[in-house]
Amino acid sequence: MRSRTRIAIVAALAFGGLSGASSAHAERLIVSVSNHRVTVTPNYVGEELVLFGSVERDEKTPQNLPNYDLVVTIKGPGADMVTRRKERKFGIWVNTDSRQFLKVPAYLAVFANRPFDEMASADTQRRLQLGLKNTILTQRVGTDYADVVSTDPFRSAFVRLRMEHGLYREATNAVTFLTPTLFRTGIPLPAEVPIGNYDVEIELIANGALVTKTETAFEIVKVGFEQFVATNAQQNGLVYGLVTAMMALVTGWLASVIFRRD
Amino acid sequence: MQLFLPIADIPVNMFLILAMGMAVGFVSGMFGIGGGFLLTPLLIFVGVSPAVAVASVSSHIAASSFSGALSYWRRRAIDPSLALVLLSGGVLGTAFGVWLFTLLRSLGQLDLIIALSYVVLLSAVGGLMFWEGLRAIHRARRGEIIPMRRTGAHGWIHGLPLKMRFKRSKIYLSVIPLIATGLMIGFIGAIMGIGGAFLLIPILIYVMRVPTGTVIGTAMALTLVTMILATVLHAVTNHLVDAVLALILMVGGVIGAQFGARAGQRIRGEHLRLLLGLLILSVGIRFAVELIIKPDDIYTIRQIGDGV
Repeated sequence: MRSRTRIAIVAALAFGGLSGASSAHAERLIVSVSNHRVTVTPNYVGEELVLFGSVERDEKTPQNLPNYDLVVTIKGPGADMVTRRKERKFGIWVNTDSRQFLKVPAYLAVFANRPFDEMASADTQRRLQLGLKNTILTQRVGTDYADVVSTDPFRSAFVRLRMEHGLYREATNAVTFLTPTLFRTGIPLPAEVPIGNYDVEIELIANGALVTKTETAFEIVKVGFEQFVATNAQQNGLVYGLVTAMMALVTGWLASVIFRRD
Repeated sequence: MQLFLPIADIPVNMFLILAMGMAVGFVSGMFGIGGGFLLTPLLIFVGVSPAVAVASVSSHIAASSFSGALSYWRRRAIDPSLALVLLSGGVLGTAFGVWLFTLLRSLGQLDLIIALSYVVLLSAVGGLMFWEGLRAIHRARRGEIIPMRRTGAHGWIHGLPLKMRFKRSKIYLSVIPLIATGLMIGFIGAIMGIGGAFLLIPILIYVMRVPTGTVIGTAMALTLVTMILATVLHAVTNHLVDAVLALILMVGGVIGAQFGARAGQRIRGEHLRLLLGLLILSVGIRFAVELIIKPDDIYTIRQIGDGV
């Protein structure tokens, strides 16, 4: 499993490099995440990964160095979510209206080295899906599937609530250039992080246009005991329930034996 | 010490959960109730989702009622035939409750139903108990003798057919109201994550006129079986029982219950009822306030699937 992930990442790097080389500019992005496999153990309380990378230039690249801009987008596993709105009915607050968000990333973080408006035009931002505002979050609207304008109340409430839990993030000062071509950014993972595969997309922008991009990935997995419990709860519901019930009986019986007074 | 819960998918402070289990166990030992109506809201408060809280608390109640039921059994304070009749209704009620729980969860109204049932049930039962406790204390002060059992004052319940003789409780009663009571307790328990003993005990004492001696033990036996069933059914249908969370709660609960039981023996019966009434009433009021005042955020998010 681990080696396969590595191969996939190397392939992604190579592919990113090739696509970069074929463009008019000849920059290539080389990136790496500090950990490709985050394990959730009983003492997991969150983690921060580090993404390092450099912009590789060759002879074909113009000698004068442009101002590079970098956008890193991390997307967690897709999930169907529903956002509900409460309204006062008969004096109490009840859920009335709701919207379904389909296969939206359970974790979404966008990091950049400076505000998107300074990097590219609004049109380019939309086309490249830069920032939370421009990332497509598909909603079910009646029988249609579409994203809505970013000011839609349900969409903005959804993004805001995810941000409050640290699951959606946007920071336009999180990417730092150590040298004009070497950069790094942290990827904070909160404690209630969704389990699954995470895709990282790195886009290099210069003079308001996309120069090249590359991808990498990491996974968050439950291991050992955590994985054992979660898998059994899902797949062997009956056995799991019976074992839990037995556990309750044994605990109760032990207590009555230990504390027996008569 | 932080511990990542495998099903609830959040890290919690293990000692906080243990302390919560002990505190609720203390209350449950003192009053002879399961304490689910206190524990479920506490778990929701520390960030466990309501559905996981309800499902996991049922196994905690099973543990504490089993340890209680064992000591009542040794003292021959459980009426097996009465427990069995109540149970036949309880099993059906629990199954129906878990089914409705799953349905409401998919409709997005589960939180509202849980909150509403808490408000209505707890305020009503707590209010009645509080009032009854106050009157008892008042009468005791004036030196009146409390008529524990008004013979001859049998209501319509005692006129129902299908009567059965319950030897250990020394009563002769129709099985219809007993099955109906079991049905209701099982149903409410599965939906609200409570054992329902605080409801069952007053019904048995005041409505069915079962002698107090066998009521608590029998109620515990019923709670035990319905909660084991609820645990298994929740595990099979909703996959939301967090065994790690449940184990910590159970251990805390059974320890707390021992100390609670000792404390309870030192307090007079009517004071105990007054205190319990006040406790139940305050939880009910807390839920009512939450429904009536404007929430901080009128939007909520809930994951409904893996999107695969």
